Amino acid sequence: MIKKIITLILILIPIKSFALIEVDITRGNLNPLPVAVSPLSIDEKSRKSFEKALNKKNIGEEISSIVENNLSTSGLFNPLSKEAFLQAPDIANLKPRFEDWNLIKAQALITGKVNYVDDKLRVEFRLWDVLAAKEMMALAFTTVPSNWRRVGHIISDKVYERLTGEKGYFDTRIIYVAEEGPKTQRIKKLAIMDQDGFNNKFLTLGNELVLTPRFNPTSQMVTYLSYFKNLPRVYLLDIETGTQEVVGDFPGMTFAPRFSPDGKKIIMSFAKDGKSDIYTMDLENRIVERITNHPSIDTSPSYSPDGKYITFNSDRSGYQQIYIMKSDGSDVNRISFGNGLYGTPVWSPRGDLIAFTKLHKGKFYIGVMRTDGKGERLLTENYYQEAPSWSPNGRVLIFYRETKTNDKGEGFTAKLWSIDLTGYNERQIQTPTDASDPSWSSLLSN
Amino acid sequence: MILSKIFRNTLLVLTACLVLSACATKKEIATDIKGSMQGDVYTGTDTVEYLAEGVPDRVFFATNESILTTASRETLRAQAAWLRKNSGINVVLEGHADERGTREYNLALGERRANAAKDYLMTYGISSDRITVLSYGKERPVDSGSNPLSWSKNRRSVTVKAN
Repeated sequence: MIKKIITLILILIPIKSFALIEVDITRGNLNPLPVAVSPLSIDEKSRKSFEKALNKKNIGEEISSIVENNLSTSGLFNPLSKEAFLQAPDIANLKPRFEDWNLIKAQALITGKVNYVDDKLRVEFRLWDVLAAKEMMALAFTTVPSNWRRVGHIISDKVYERLTGEKGYFDTRIIYVAEEGPKTQRIKKLAIMDQDGFNNKFLTLGNELVLTPRFNPTSQMVTYLSYFKNLPRVYLLDIETGTQEVVGDFPGMTFAPRFSPDGKKIIMSFAKDGKSDIYTMDLENRIVERITNHPSIDTSPSYSPDGKYITFNSDRSGYQQIYIMKSDGSDVNRISFGNGLYGTPVWSPRGDLIAFTKLHKGKFYIGVMRTDGKGERLLTENYYQEAPSWSPNGRVLIFYRETKTNDKGEGFTAKLWSIDLTGYNERQIQTPTDASDPSWSSLLSN
Repeated sequence: MILSKIFRNTLLVLTACLVLSACATKKEIATDIKGSMQGDVYTGTDTVEYLAEGVPDRVFFATNESILTTASRETLRAQAAWLRKNSGINVVLEGHADERGTREYNLALGERRANAAKDYLMTYGISSDRITVLSYGKERPVDSGSNPLSWSKNRRSVTVKAN
């Protein structure tokens, strides 16, 4: 599966024009850009071949609807209704009649075509600036037909990048904990899905409790906590091969694992005799290093993207607060000073912000602050929510939210939600079961 | 005149009833909460099981705390006496937190609570070899309610026979 991902070939067709439309991503979805996503055109022979191979009637339409959905959920774009389109997809891809697209108020237009070539899927697509009547980008891909959803995500990423000036986050996956059963006896399994909720797959059977899976930013490895044989320990899982192994040889509970940005180390907490400290383990030489040594609870560590600093959660002041230290454990500084308790700090992949969970007066908030603790912004308030994880471009946070039960203790649900860094565009992400502890992968293709 | 007197008496009786019943309900609620929580530590017996007669299996904690209350220490002394009498029995101390905290911190907090119980058992002569600590954080509540009483039942360390 992963091998297929790597074999996906990207061919760049030279681009002549320069960007004229710009989408401002710093202000949220106040004015989403009207964009027309014309269905990718397909000849009858190719259409039939794909129908046979993938059991999809029109793969061109399927791929363009992935693009449409991605652009729409980003909150930055407003894909226009196809019913208003005047020009046929094949002709639009050759030379759009810009007056027609202008008429329906489209500012950007995406066209393209799909071919079945030597058992492969070949897609080309173009992005047009309608007002300037110019081509902004043209790209072609060849891949195995089963990769068709990824093609839609890659097109979305290219369009997003061209129009916003920042990398996209659509060709990514989410690993999370799938939950079922009564609150007092929840069954939890590791699950993985595409960022848009498709291709959901369970990775464990639910025989033991599993928590807090996190992606390696550089490979298809995942680290998580498993209660295998009732011994809560940090594990490594290779998604490609399904191989699992316990991380390190600790006599007590290890938990709260995360990878270093280069993917070579795991940072985690080790609890013993009522105190929890932070340790790292080098995955190559298996050397374990102690990073904190304090009688308090030190947990939820997360590296800065350059690997030089670590943010973590400690109650050394009496209550849960957020701290920053150098990666060797020196220079510990508290950065959260607002009202309430602070937990689950996660460093933004852009390096400038730390996302966190805050508990204040019986409400839970997901927020961000600068790395010096200043500029705190609360993005969303609820009965219970926690554990934000950043999209690889640092623009969106995914987290989980639980509902309050009624007088009889019924009505409990746990769901995944995402929100823009701007505080706009809050959305539930559909999962087949209840869900928690999401972790966002890096871009699969770069 | 007589009628009005009867009426007045009835009214008086009615009012008295109302006042009394109001008092009764208020009192009942007060005793209910008072009877099962002190501060926000659970003091009831709803969820408690017994390792032997007079030996409760669990102790309860205040929000974010791992300090043993007077009642908790009494329970643990009874457990220690029982463990001394039954020297072949080993135990697992399962530490738990309520749902009003982040998952990872709660795992650590459950571990700290179970260790508070372990330390106390050890001061009463129980060897650490006989005690295993296991934190479940907020993963295994006994009460699925979303209210202070439910949460107080869930903040606990439970002593479970390991063999």
